[in-house]
Amino acid sequence: MQRTVFLAVSFALAAVVGSALAAPVNYKTPDEVAAFKPGPNLEVVQGNCTACHSSDYINTQPPMKDRKGFWQAEVTKMIKVYGAPIDDADVGKIVDYLAATY
Amino acid sequence: MFDRRDLLKGAGLAAVATALNPTKALALDTVTLPFANGERPLVKYPQKRPMIGLTSRPPQLETPFAVFNDGPITPNNAFFVRYHLSDLPYSLDPDKFTLEVKGKVDKPLKLSLKDIRKMKATEIVAVNQCSGNSRGFLDPRVAGGQLANGAMGNARWRGVPLKAVLAMAGVQSGAKQVTFNGMDGPVSDKTPDFVKALDIDHASDGEVMLAYGMNGEDLPFLNGFPLRLIVPGYYGTYWVKHLNEITVVDNVYDGFWMKSAYRIPDTPNNAVEPGTAPKATIPINRFTIRSFITSVPDGAKLKAGGTTLRGIAFDGGKGIKEVAVSTDGGKTWTGARLGKDLGKYSFREWTLPVKLAAGSHELKVRATGNGGETQPDTPRWNPAGYLRNVVETVRVTVA
Repeated sequence: MQRTVFLAVSFALAAVVGSALAAPVNYKTPDEVAAFKPGPNLEVVQGNCTACHSSDYINTQPPMKDRKGFWQAEVTKMIKVYGAPIDDADVGKIVDYLAATY
Repeated sequence: MFDRRDLLKGAGLAAVATALNPTKALALDTVTLPFANGERPLVKYPQKRPMIGLTSRPPQLETPFAVFNDGPITPNNAFFVRYHLSDLPYSLDPDKFTLEVKGKVDKPLKLSLKDIRKMKATEIVAVNQCSGNSRGFLDPRVAGGQLANGAMGNARWRGVPLKAVLAMAGVQSGAKQVTFNGMDGPVSDKTPDFVKALDIDHASDGEVMLAYGMNGEDLPFLNGFPLRLIVPGYYGTYWVKHLNEITVVDNVYDGFWMKSAYRIPDTPNNAVEPGTAPKATIPINRFTIRSFITSVPDGAKLKAGGTTLRGIAFDGGKGIKEVAVSTDGGKTWTGARLGKDLGKYSFREWTLPVKLAAGSHELKVRATGNGGETQPDTPRWNPAGYLRNVVETVRVTVA
């Protein structure tokens, strides 16, 4: 909180003296409104996937012929490449949800 | 920069809130990009006009294509946004910002923004294009950000040559590459941080730049404020945002974002048979040559008679030699008039007055670069959906 106040004050001062460094700090993104579609194991998906990214990452993927294979590969990539801490027991549930819903 | 637990909590709350009210839509409007599952919200972010929303966390915004008909410079508030990792430096203090230069240098540096702004400034007009621009048009489709043609933009960048900063630090003999890290990072410590590398000769070529200015203003936050790397002619993956760490190394950097991601097939045209995997890959590098009609959208209805078509063309840095336009589906071609030359890395405008008789027409545009490179009639394909530069077609009905 103190830091926020300090930034607000320094921003105001910088604006007053017309410094070239007067610039946006505390950038605010709009509220996240994208939502997962209803489906089986929705809560497992929300608990695991939303830690790192919004649901629109999933929602905007192309319709694939082999949906199960596609989503299995994506979940595996999230675990192996990006280090997502997903329990083994949840992997199948997440893949099932994604293949059934997207 | 901020507490990760808060972020996780916030994400959880957002998920709960949206689950309770799944029809809630704060989007201004929606647009439908011309491929399957192409519906996107138009979203409004600070410092940006309404943009095509790809993802909200991390923020990814595509430029509405009509913007490219307004002129060769893409306004800051319409410039596309691409991030990989969700921990953005939202509360950074530019007065405390420090660029560190270290590694195989005689004199490691810590430069403030003021220090950098005091150095002799240079400017360059250069296109930045996302490696995945146009990925949504691939056939067969591939995973990744599903973009139409709006993940590109052209700006006048102001800053200092990387060469000058490296000279201040004194690059030691044996240096092979320079790595670049920004203040944005992963949410989880297990996710590879976004770090990119350039060969030392490329980094010292005098054109690669550390930019603080964009079209006469400070960089917008989402375009890398307060400092980003400019790599003219190269895909945006190298244009590291919020750049605060430069390291000279004596090996070929093997981090995930160089060694495994952003790779293209090591074949003569960097393509493979659609749906197949390449045997060997290399890091993505220069843009392929592209051109677009910007004055007429696909599916437009036009009045019979004379009209002037216009658009843009660009390539990986040789510069545009000629742009040819066809109004009969590619049977005959006419050279267009090129607009003002803003430099070999810039969008080059073109115009061509044409007469269109009643009926359906396929308008096509094809650029050729000073190096002889031109655009293929059939799209190249690779598993990551990079390098798309097929001759573009706009179908119109004239009455």
